Amino acid sequence: MEFTLKPFIFYGFALMTIASALVVVTVRNIVHAAFSLMVTLFGVAGLYVFLQADFLAATQVIVYVGGILVLILFGVMMTSGRLEMRIHIERGQLLLGGVVALALLMLLLTVIANTPAWKNLTDDGTELPPTTERIGELILNGPFLLPFEVVSVLLLVALIGAALISRKEVRD
Amino acid sequence: MTLQHYLVISAILFTLGIFAVLTRRNAISILMGIELILNSCNLNFAAFSRFMTPPEDISGQVIAIFGIVLAAAEAAVFLAIILAIYREFGSIRPNEVDTLKG
Repeated sequence: MEFTLKPFIFYGFALMTIASALVVVTVRNIVHAAFSLMVTLFGVAGLYVFLQADFLAATQVIVYVGGILVLILFGVMMTSGRLEMRIHIERGQLLLGGVVALALLMLLLTVIANTPAWKNLTDDGTELPPTTERIGELILNGPFLLPFEVVSVLLLVALIGAALISRKEVRD
Repeated sequence: MTLQHYLVISAILFTLGIFAVLTRRNAISILMGIELILNSCNLNFAAFSRFMTPPEDISGQVIAIFGIVLAAAEAAVFLAIILAIYREFGSIRPNEVDTLKG
């Protein structure tokens, strides 16, 4: 049997994603949480590469790491003084939230393990052609044209709304 | 690599996101939890697209791209609201923003 590195890299990305996500939800310093979120987003991009979704992986890095994360860091800097950098957590909330989250995880894992249609679907390792061209076809010349236009208008509306909400109020 | 590997990773990410939303008392941390949840959704779309449909059908990936766009719009509006709240209340702890509380 041929020795391949692929599973090790996959598990590396999976571990990286989950461990850094764990840091995001547990660490007290909000800047540390933001940078840990960056590692999580990169890990998910790596998993997209394993799913042969190259365009999606690139979009993930550009939009999430390059856009949303910078936005989050700006938010941290503009709203958190020296005192607010530490995230306040209530102890009772921690217990209750942990119980709810664990129960939810158990439920999801049970469903994943017991759904017959999802069993034994292995990656056959076939290399697919790059997806960018087909995604362009689907979006601009296919069934996703209307959703694409709708989501463009939504993005425009959201950004104008964000600018309107966040600007200083002009009093006359 | 099976479909279930990806589903388990996505389930863990989703649960961690829910945990962050439930326990953290800082609006930006809650936003981070929401981003984790959205990422787990997109990962599920991409995984199902790879394993449950014929290889030439990549509609799931297109849906995941729409998901990323929605996440970007949501983050922009969320941070705008956080800035407005900070200006009004001087804090972004959700507990202290209780003007509408009966």
